[in-house]
Amino acid sequence: MTALPQQTGKQLGLVIDLDICVGCHACAVNCKEWNSGGVAAPLTDLNPYGEDPLGVWFNRVHSYETDKGGKGTTVHFPRSCLHCAEPACVTVCPTGASYKRAEDGIVLVNEDLCIGCKLCSWACPYGAREYDYDAGVMKKCTLCIDKIYNENLDPADRVPACVATCPTSARSFGDFADPNSDVSKLVRERGGYDLMPEMGYKPTNKYLPPRTKNKPGDNAHALVPMMDQPAGFLGWVDRMLSSQ
Amino acid sequence: MAKPMIYNDPPVAKNAPIADEVKYTTCYMCACRCGIKVSLRDGAIRYIEGNRRHPVNRGVLCAKGSAGIMQHYSPARLKKPLLRTGERGKGEFREIEWEEALGIAVGWLGKIRGSDPKKLAFFTGRDQSQALTGWWATQFGTANYAAHGGFCSVNMAAAGLYTVGGSFWEFGEPDWDRTKYFMLFGVAEDHDSNPIKIGLGKLKRRGAKVVSINPVRTGYSAIADEWVGIRPGTDGLFILSIVHELLRAGKIDADYLARYTNSSWLVIQDEGAADDGLFARDNEGAPLAYDRKAQKIVSALDPSAQPSLAGEYKLADGRRAVPAFTLIAKRYLDEQYSPEVAAVQTGVPVETIKRIAAELAHVAFEQEIVVEQPWTDWAGRRHEKMIGRPISIHAMRGISAHSNGFHTCRALHFLQVLLGAIDTPGAFRYEPPYPKPIPPAIKPAAPVSSGQPLKGSALGFPQGPEDLLVDEQGDPLRIDKAFSWEAPLAAHGMLHTVIANAHRADPYPIDTLFLYMANMGWNSAMNTAETMTMMTDKNPETGEYRIPRIIYSDAYYSEMVAYADLVLPDTTYLERYDCISLLDRPISNAEGAADAIRQPVVKLDRDVRPFQDVLIDLGTRLKLPGFVKEDGTPKYPGFFPDYMVNHERKPGVGMLAGWRGANGGDSGIGGINPNQLDRYIENECFWETGIPHEAHYFKPWNAAYLKWAVEMGFLDKPEPIFIQLYSEALQKFRLAARGHGTVPLPERHKARVEKYFDPLPVWYTPFEEEDSGSEYDLHAITQRPMAMYHSWGSQNAWLRQIHGENNLHMHRDTAARLRIEDGDWVRVTSSHSSIVVPAKIMDGVNPHTVWTWNAIGKRSGAWNLDPDASEAKRGFLLNHLIRDLLPPKDGYRYANADPVTGQAAWYDLRVRIEKAAGAHENSQPRISEVETPPLPNRPDILRYGKRFRPKAKV
Repeated sequence: MTALPQQTGKQLGLVIDLDICVGCHACAVNCKEWNSGGVAAPLTDLNPYGEDPLGVWFNRVHSYETDKGGKGTTVHFPRSCLHCAEPACVTVCPTGASYKRAEDGIVLVNEDLCIGCKLCSWACPYGAREYDYDAGVMKKCTLCIDKIYNENLDPADRVPACVATCPTSARSFGDFADPNSDVSKLVRERGGYDLMPEMGYKPTNKYLPPRTKNKPGDNAHALVPMMDQPAGFLGWVDRMLSSQ
Repeated sequence: MAKPMIYNDPPVAKNAPIADEVKYTTCYMCACRCGIKVSLRDGAIRYIEGNRRHPVNRGVLCAKGSAGIMQHYSPARLKKPLLRTGERGKGEFREIEWEEALGIAVGWLGKIRGSDPKKLAFFTGRDQSQALTGWWATQFGTANYAAHGGFCSVNMAAAGLYTVGGSFWEFGEPDWDRTKYFMLFGVAEDHDSNPIKIGLGKLKRRGAKVVSINPVRTGYSAIADEWVGIRPGTDGLFILSIVHELLRAGKIDADYLARYTNSSWLVIQDEGAADDGLFARDNEGAPLAYDRKAQKIVSALDPSAQPSLAGEYKLADGRRAVPAFTLIAKRYLDEQYSPEVAAVQTGVPVETIKRIAAELAHVAFEQEIVVEQPWTDWAGRRHEKMIGRPISIHAMRGISAHSNGFHTCRALHFLQVLLGAIDTPGAFRYEPPYPKPIPPAIKPAAPVSSGQPLKGSALGFPQGPEDLLVDEQGDPLRIDKAFSWEAPLAAHGMLHTVIANAHRADPYPIDTLFLYMANMGWNSAMNTAETMTMMTDKNPETGEYRIPRIIYSDAYYSEMVAYADLVLPDTTYLERYDCISLLDRPISNAEGAADAIRQPVVKLDRDVRPFQDVLIDLGTRLKLPGFVKEDGTPKYPGFFPDYMVNHERKPGVGMLAGWRGANGGDSGIGGINPNQLDRYIENECFWETGIPHEAHYFKPWNAAYLKWAVEMGFLDKPEPIFIQLYSEALQKFRLAARGHGTVPLPERHKARVEKYFDPLPVWYTPFEEEDSGSEYDLHAITQRPMAMYHSWGSQNAWLRQIHGENNLHMHRDTAARLRIEDGDWVRVTSSHSSIVVPAKIMDGVNPHTVWTWNAIGKRSGAWNLDPDASEAKRGFLLNHLIRDLLPPKDGYRYANADPVTGQAAWYDLRVRIEKAAGAHENSQPRISEVETPPLPNRPDILRYGKRFRPKAKV
């Protein structure tokens, strides 16, 4: 079984705003695209043009309805590795292939050590592990470790692909160990929450709930007909005109 | 238990070089034309991302755009020109050389041009080079040209252009940074893609209210603050009932109406007269208004006038006239537009309609926006600030694709105008080169005799019956019947009628059908199965196909390819130059004009050619005017990139507006710059120029804007453009139905023209619902998934993992009533046909509506997918159920289309549903498998990117 670092320096992760995620899959496909050539490449696709294509995706978007009936809502829910503070996928690993980086808390797989036993995917309650049947190893979200530190890229591009590409800007990236980081502030201001906190894995990634505060027009008074005016609306409309 | 293993973190290749080459170009995974940055390694694509500087997408990129790699390397790409060897529709071809292919095409086309050029029907589908294709058609001399707008969103475009001189998407956008209340009508996830998503993100973060009016709660509707699950085809009544409420309460911007619209213009009230319902005009042709201060009739264009919106006045000739607004008020104050009536039809509760009307009024008038920006109007009056009504609307195909869509789209603009919410802060804003005169001054050109170019553009905007393309009997001159009495304002043509009309030789037979990127053998056709038959049907007397020759250009093995006699294979979007021109479909935004190019970012590895190059080559070989010099040598020997730089429509106005003039210093208008493409490439393949700050709003009446637009070549004259709430153009057609004018109008069309050419927006029951009877008790519509664009994405290894099959979604209560369970196979029957498909139950859908994703179903064998691919087995099209022609009325069959514009009425479909008998694994009908021409082998395992994997330095 694999040990976790005593503590991590940074605690890098994502904030995902469910109030603005439209379920467009941009994050999922751009992730697939970047990582197809990244440190975990390839993200193999079995039977890509066949009856039942099966590919490796580090990020998947699920759309479903809640609260059956008229008051229900449709939720778009992007799902990827949460880079937990206490990830069971690491502690369960028999070879040390799964590990959590001491430097920044990113959870990765060292493919040289992975024996493809899939214990980690059984241990992860979030379904974030992706087995590459062709390569025979487990793969997963790398938080674009080959992008976020990459000095060959413009500093503005050193964010995970899913964050850079998100058309509604529903995704943010940063260091949760820094209470003054944008992601820490967002979580405080918007009530960011953990997925399944009762499991005790302390996910780093946070989700933001829908905004429910007052909206323009909420306190509008009912419209009052003007029909009781002498000549009705038309007798009155010219008086609405300002003299120019 | 074993002791936990402790390792030092292994080295990770986190700093590896990404690319040895970076190129910028423009995306083409859908129609939105985002800027992209393509990273290449050894000439292969490593990564495609959004260009942060680009005005359309500002760095973001959607799922489709991010899947561009798979589109480019698709095994469905055609390799070489193909000549049909078997029967049409079988997919049996042999590969031929380009010289032979072009020779065949020139032989066919040359013969047509020398005899009867209208026998070439040239139609393009998802084309973005209509400035070239349209010009080619003009030079060839065929009036039978159009792109796909007739079955896409011409109702939206035409209603906007005949009302406000602009429209949504390419001609205007919501003021995303200032709007407080945003209404989104119908399916709009595809147009436009990233700008709407960027905008929605802004709205939600600012706390603006988003209201979605849509029978289905998916996509954008899911994040709306309020979802109004309206019954399809009733949006017009919903909008007009809001108008009713606003008028009743006096919650309109009367000053705005008086200043900027034709509300005050006097309409002649003289029943039976040839000018009844037209504007009273002075000797110079200026419309008249009643000046309530001077108490006399004056020119409505006199800026010193204080026009009245109400009353009834006597004209100099003694006849009566009333301000247009009086007619508007009378019309919509009528009880037929009350929320109580609308609630019955729309299914939206009375209190919801009333509340939304109250919210709109509140936000428009109690929460107005003031921008401290002085500006001067067209008459020289200075205004110290800009006052805005922060209400905006977006709509696209959802309300457009109904037989009442034109009037519904006009009603949308009506609502915005009454609130003063057109081009004011927080409202809908024009994007240059719009606004344009209402309607734009281009008129459709009539067919010509052999060897002659058309006298103008094949498409345009009729301003009255005299601009129609009809013969002495009043019958259509175009093969698609556009601009005839059947569809007078068919500004985008009617691609959806071409095959059926050509097959029936109605109004005449054609010789060659030439299509580009239009999947008419499948999801772009209504009545798909019969459309396929029409293309294979032969005249028993001659043994010839009834549509004698079909030429098709596509980059991929789409379903349409099998129906072509000659296939001219196109490149992918990453292998060619393209021109996103302001003369075509602009990519500007409300604060700047923009255009763009594509450049080849990867080398061609197949014997295919860019369609635009091929078209110029054909034009040159045919020696069409404009394509050759006087000595007969090619005018554009460098093909499309040569044309993009050197072609001019009039002196100084070319395809690209940026870096014009010999030294590249001019914008908009300027001489030819031989280095223009280099300048575009240096600037990441786009150009944009800002509108002066004082011209950001009130554009149609803003002196600074009008001056700028004339300098840029967008407007001919710096004259104000008054919104046409009351449409005199529509009334002119109606007068023809009443026996006036000289253009022959066959008796059978008269009642129809009288009814639907109402100068004010009306709502009526969509045709299919009215005709099909109560046994078809459900609406059936499609929605656009954000991760799949038409059939294009189906061969994309990544996108098809997201949308590889579709289901028919229905409301839980509807399913319970019909005893249908989730996953059951159901038979869906329309008055036209029947299909068997898998059902899925949900809650967020109007109970009278079923829906599915658009264009997922595929013909087995097409797109180089495994013949057993889920798209071909379970996937299905609703198209089979949709008529192309309405049932006969007095022996005449109209297109299943809007009676004003000819827009295909896809969303009018009515069906009944029952649980399908027997066991099913495949959807029905299953069209026969098509043969696969020579294409690359499709891999069983795709390890794309493996060679890019960086190695960690230990």
